[in-house]
Amino acid sequence: MSASPSTAAEPKTGSAGEAGAPPVRGPRGAAKRRSSAVRGGERLAGYTFMIPWLVGTAVLTIGPMAWSLYLSFTDYHLIRGGDWIGMANYTAIFQDPMFLRAVKVTLLYVVIAVPVKLVASLFVAMLLAQQRRGMGFYRAAFYMPSLIAMSVGVALIWKALFSQDGTQDRLMSAFGWDGGGFLGNPSVSILMLVLLAVWSFGAPMVIFLAGLMQVPQELYEAADVDGASKWRKFLHITLPMLSPVIFFNVLMETVGAFQLFGPAYIIGGESGAPAWSTLFYTVRIYTLAFTDFRMGYASAYAWLLVLAVGIVTVIMFRAAKRLVFYAGEDGR
Amino acid sequence: MTVKTAPGHTIAGPRRPLSAKVKSAAWHASMIAVLAIVLYPLLWVIASSLKDNVDIITDTTLWPEQVTWEHFANAFDGLAGIPLWRFFWNSFLISALSVVGTVASSAITAYALARLQFPGRTVMLGIVIATLLLPGQVMLIPQYLIFSELDLTNTYIPLVIGKFLALDAFFVFLFMQFLRGIPRELDQAATIDGAGHYRIFFSILLPLLRPAVVTTSIFTFIWSWNDFMGPLIYIYEMEKFPLPRLLQAYSNSEGVSNWGGMMAMTLLSLVPVVLFFLVFQKFLIKGIATSGVKG
Repeated sequence: MSASPSTAAEPKTGSAGEAGAPPVRGPRGAAKRRSSAVRGGERLAGYTFMIPWLVGTAVLTIGPMAWSLYLSFTDYHLIRGGDWIGMANYTAIFQDPMFLRAVKVTLLYVVIAVPVKLVASLFVAMLLAQQRRGMGFYRAAFYMPSLIAMSVGVALIWKALFSQDGTQDRLMSAFGWDGGGFLGNPSVSILMLVLLAVWSFGAPMVIFLAGLMQVPQELYEAADVDGASKWRKFLHITLPMLSPVIFFNVLMETVGAFQLFGPAYIIGGESGAPAWSTLFYTVRIYTLAFTDFRMGYASAYAWLLVLAVGIVTVIMFRAAKRLVFYAGEDGR
Repeated sequence: MTVKTAPGHTIAGPRRPLSAKVKSAAWHASMIAVLAIVLYPLLWVIASSLKDNVDIITDTTLWPEQVTWEHFANAFDGLAGIPLWRFFWNSFLISALSVVGTVASSAITAYALARLQFPGRTVMLGIVIATLLLPGQVMLIPQYLIFSELDLTNTYIPLVIGKFLALDAFFVFLFMQFLRGIPRELDQAATIDGAGHYRIFFSILLPLLRPAVVTTSIFTFIWSWNDFMGPLIYIYEMEKFPLPRLLQAYSNSEGVSNWGGMMAMTLLSLVPVVLFFLVFQKFLIKGIATSGVKG
C-alpha cells in the first residue's frame, strides 16, 4: 500500500486487524465511551500541539496566498506601489513572449526529465533488488548524487563540464567536433538540465526499491511454474504491484520538476541563456519579482503556476483511480 | 531484471559454482562500470581541483599530471577578504536551526494529527496534504513583503522561521508514517496508568520516534545546506552569505579565470553533505523507504 497523500487523506475508521492500528481514532469506539472531561483534555492537547502549525499556516501560507492573489490583480511595484487593474496582468501575460518561452522550456523539461528519470531509477532499482553481496554499497553509492544534484556546487560543475572549452567540448573536439559546449547550444542546453535531473535518480530509486521488496515472491514462483518470460513477469506482476509507488513517484517528481529553480538560475541566469533555452518558469517569476520589482505581475505568473500544477495533480489522481492497483484493498 | 526468490534459490535453477562465480564477477564489474559513469562528475571535480588552471582546460584525463594544493589554499581565503570558514559557519548555523525547528515542530504536529481527536483535524490534515503539492513560489512575494516590513531581511529569520512552524509538510508526513507503526495500545496503556497526552508524547512516543528524528534531521540539514533561493532573496550582505550564495558570487567574480579555485571551493562545499550521508546512510535509505511506502 502506498503512503501517498491519498492514503493519509482518508483516515480509516475502526479498521480492525491492521498491525499498525488505524492512524486516526474513529468517532465510534473508545473515544465515544470516555467522559467528556477526557475528550476535552484531548481536544485541548490537540490544539496546543497544533499551535505552531496553525500560526505558520495562517501567517506564512494562507495569508500570503490570499495576498498574492490580490496582488495578481494589481500593478504593484516594490518601490512605486500599485493599484487594482483587474484582469490586466492575466491578459498581458498571454501576449508576453517571455511567458510563452518560459512555459515552453518548463513543459519540455517536465515531459522529458520526469519519464527518463523514473525509467532510469526503476531500472537501477530492479538491478539492486537482489540478494547479493555488496548491495548496501551500491544502493548508497547510486543514491548519493541525488542529495547534491540540485545544489549550486553541482550546477557549477555542470557548467564547467558542458560549457565552451569545457571537458565535453575538449573531448569531442578530439574527434573533430566543432559545436562547442552543449550548454552554449540553445537546441540542446535544456537536455543538460534533464541530464542533471536524471543524475539525481537515486531518490525515486530508493522508493522503488522499497516497493520491489514488498512484492510477494510467490507471484513470481507461480509465474515460473506457468513458464512466463521475464518480460511478461515484469509487465503482469512487477508493474501492477508497483503501481502505487510509481504513482507516488510520478506525482512528486512532476510537481518538483515544475518548480526547478537553482540549477536553471545558475546555468542560464535570469535570461535563460543561451537564447532563452533555459528560461524556466520559476526563474521568470524570480526575475520579475526581485529584479524588476514587478510584484503584481509576478504574482499573476505564480498563480498560473499553481493553476497548472493543480490541474496536472487532479488529472493524475483521476488517472490513478483507473491505473493504480492496490493489492489487498477492496473498493479502490 | 532477474528476480531472485531467496538466497541460493534462483529462478534460473541450479548451476555450477564456477559459472556462478564468473557471473557474479561479471555482474559486479558491470555495476562498477555504471557507477563510474554516474560518479564521473564528482571524480572530475576532485581531479580538477588538484590541477593547475592550464591543465584543467588542456588535460582531459582524470589523473592530474602535477598535483597542486594551491586551489585549496585559495579557496580557504574565501572571497573579498572574508575567510571560507565564515561561510561554512553561516551555512551550519542556518542548517542547525532548521534541523531543531523542523524536528520539534513536525513531531508535535504529526502527533496531534495522527493520534488525537479534535474538531477541525480533518480540515487541517487536508491543508497539510495540499501544501505538500503547492508550489511555494506563490507565497514568496507576500512573505518577502512581510519580512521586509518587519525589517527582517538580511537576517536568517525568514530562512528558518517556517521550519519552527511545521511548514515542511513532507516531514509532518514522515512523522505520521512512523507514528502509524507504533501500536496504539501503548498510548492506551499509558492513559490507563494516568499519563496525559503530553506525557504520552514526550515520554513514550518520542523515544520510539528516534528513526524519524534522525531521518528528518539528515534531510533537513542537507536541504537547508543546499538551499539557494531563500538566501538569494533574503541575504544581501556577503558576511552573512551561506555557501551556495558564496559559490554563486565567486563564480561571477572569479569563475571564468580561476576554474581550479572554483572547483576546490565547490568540492569543499559538498564535503559536509557527503560525510553526513556516509555516516548516516543506513538510517537515511530506510527512512525514505518508510516515508514513501508504508513501513
